[in-house]
Amino acid sequence: MATIDLSLIWAVIIAFGVIMYVLMDGFDLGVGILFPFAPDEESRDVMMNSVAPIWDGNETWLVLGGAGLLGAFPLVYSVLLPALYIGVFLMLAGLIFRGIAFEFRFKARRSRQWWNAAFSGGSAVATFAQGAVVGAYIQGFETADRVFTGGALDWLTPFSVLTGLGMLAGYALLGATWVAMKTEGHIQRWARRLVPSLLAAVLLVFAGVSLWTPYIDPGVWERWFSHLQVIWILPVLALGCAALVWWGVKRERDILPFLATMGMFVFTYLGLLVSRWPYVIPPEYTLWDAASAPGSQLFLLVGVLFVIPIILGYTGWAYWVFRGKVRPGEGYH
Amino acid sequence: MELDPILLSRLQFAFVVSFHAIFPVFTIGLASYLALLYGLFVKTGNPAWERLAEFWTKVFAVVFGMGVVSGIVMSFQFGTNWSNFSQAASNFIGPMLSYEVITAFFLEAGFLGVLLFGRERVSPKVHLFAALMVALGTFVSAFWILATNSWMQTPAGVEMRDGLFHVTSWLEAIFNPSFPYRFAHMVIASFLTGGFVVSGVSAWYLLRGHDVEANRKALSMSMWLLLIAAPLQAFVGDMHGLNTLEHQPAKVAAMEGHWQQEGDGVPLLLFALPDQQAQTNHFEVAIPHGASLILTHSWNGTFPGLSEVPKAEQPPVWIAFFSFRIMVALGLAMIGFALAGLLLRRGGRLYTHRAFLQGLRLMSVAPFIAVLAGWFVTETGRAPWLVYGMMTQAEAVTPSLTGGMALFTLIGYVLVYAVVFYAGVYYLTRVIRQGMTEGEVHDVESAMRPMSASHVAYDDDYPDGYTTSGS
Repeated sequence: MATIDLSLIWAVIIAFGVIMYVLMDGFDLGVGILFPFAPDEESRDVMMNSVAPIWDGNETWLVLGGAGLLGAFPLVYSVLLPALYIGVFLMLAGLIFRGIAFEFRFKARRSRQWWNAAFSGGSAVATFAQGAVVGAYIQGFETADRVFTGGALDWLTPFSVLTGLGMLAGYALLGATWVAMKTEGHIQRWARRLVPSLLAAVLLVFAGVSLWTPYIDPGVWERWFSHLQVIWILPVLALGCAALVWWGVKRERDILPFLATMGMFVFTYLGLLVSRWPYVIPPEYTLWDAASAPGSQLFLLVGVLFVIPIILGYTGWAYWVFRGKVRPGEGYH
Repeated sequence: MELDPILLSRLQFAFVVSFHAIFPVFTIGLASYLALLYGLFVKTGNPAWERLAEFWTKVFAVVFGMGVVSGIVMSFQFGTNWSNFSQAASNFIGPMLSYEVITAFFLEAGFLGVLLFGRERVSPKVHLFAALMVALGTFVSAFWILATNSWMQTPAGVEMRDGLFHVTSWLEAIFNPSFPYRFAHMVIASFLTGGFVVSGVSAWYLLRGHDVEANRKALSMSMWLLLIAAPLQAFVGDMHGLNTLEHQPAKVAAMEGHWQQEGDGVPLLLFALPDQQAQTNHFEVAIPHGASLILTHSWNGTFPGLSEVPKAEQPPVWIAFFSFRIMVALGLAMIGFALAGLLLRRGGRLYTHRAFLQGLRLMSVAPFIAVLAGWFVTETGRAPWLVYGMMTQAEAVTPSLTGGMALFTLIGYVLVYAVVFYAGVYYLTRVIRQGMTEGEVHDVESAMRPMSASHVAYDDDYPDGYTTSGS
């Protein structure tokens, strides 16, 4: 077994889980962010219905990622969670309110506006917290002797606020292109009108973060401005996807803008990974420093390799069953 | 006043895990009950079984949903508040907790959807199979969690190298000395919880004359279950206690309020006010030689008292002492109700004795309190250790955590859960009030979410002038 690098396999699995989570929970959080701005209550019913059958499956990836980190890279788990203590709490509180709102809003009458507020507020708070976490991660953590030694609000900096706002805009863009894909009539027109300004906001943050990041750490600068020229393909592809989003909305394409937005996320994410590789707790520890014992990684790998194809198959099946447009007054039966 | 991050983290963990635990302890028992009901329906074709099964599936959906929501928080608690423990013990607890997650998702992916929404789409036999797999899944989930907790109580199969636990034998670590007892005790507790909730709700329906045929069946079944499970639990609990005495004598000493040996034999304290400061009890009401008989099965048998442990390493006696008495008293009450049910059944008055039925209604909360009390005993009785004999709570807590941060999130979780609990219980009572008749479906409903398996309105009226497309 010495020839197989289990830590590398696990790094790929966790990285895959994170991007799956971002893409999938991203658009249903985005629907929540856009919720208060919807033209009418009927549109809100349709918007919520468009994500209701799949949102909890989407959050599967978050829990799997958390548990997988503890099993495979415990150092990441035990440094990141203390460092992001307040942020993690805000994210969980947001996700809980949002999850409860999903269940009870459809059954509520008098109290419906409260569930609306819980849904949109919870979505926005959870999204901002996730974006700020990304920013804090890029900046790195203060550690000594494999333990986080910084303060409670270290994660909250101008840079992480910028990434938090960027995430709000990004998930909202995912949400808007999703709604445009899944609806028709006045709801679709409303969602399409939102896309250009959301896209502009995302690109603005994208530019800000791209210019700022190389100055945070000399290693990142080195990575981008020395020999590895081939990685410049990633930001170029991300911008190409942005152009496709814009073009797709102009041409009133249904599916293209949503797929292109996901492409923007994927290439930006890969760019971030490339910037920091192989450090999993910047600036100190690599993925091999953070790994658990090989026996533990192997023990867990067996189960995960068994269950991930099942989850993927189930997810694909659920999206297939609930494909097509969602119309007012129509639930899934 | 200086805020203690260790104490606040312990309070926070106790709060979130207690809140979470009440849901799975109910769903484990209820899942088996559902499988039994669907099985009886497939076998006999009697529609009363189907009505019961469909009603209790609705309740199951709500409780399961609340369990999932509160469970997400649990998977982050270890890292946020006990990061040193997470890192040191990750080689064991990481795979264990991950396997629990994997089991839960496998369940949810494959069979929960069919159980909750597949009645119209699959044959009764396939549906029964899904119910059986969901029931099996709840046991497997409990297996991983209880193995992990038992390992923290009686660690085995690991060695400490460079401050990290390394697994030397997975079998020894998973099937550690206290695991079989804890698992059996917990599974029976889940059956008791399911049994008393079902009998309590059935009793309430019988008092109101609602669907008498089905509810008589439900009450009769659950009373037979309780007649077996309640005495069996006392027996298993006793075995669990003996196992604890062998591995964690200080915990048993705290449960019994036993400070040191005086005279022959150890008395069984029915009541006392333990005084940890003075290392003695006040106002004892005791049965001489009682504890000797129960714990050593001999008249003059002795076991170690708390005074053999340095004061700083003693668990907090008050909590273990009183929680244990609450648990045992409720357990005896459960046995009493099970026996009373048998007597009334022989007299033919099981379904009509109003005082008994009223009593059963009240007893439906008893198992939840007993389960929480039992967990308080075993968890606080382990103090000051987190991994017994190997890692203390002070060593395990997150080093960068301040009292202020811990207090902030403790208050936060209390507020969030207060809202969730209020909303959930309020809705559950509406489901139960509506009963086994088909209500109007008012909502714009969509499939694949746990709670959409119950079509009960959350509240009564729409705001003025508001209409919804789904009604």
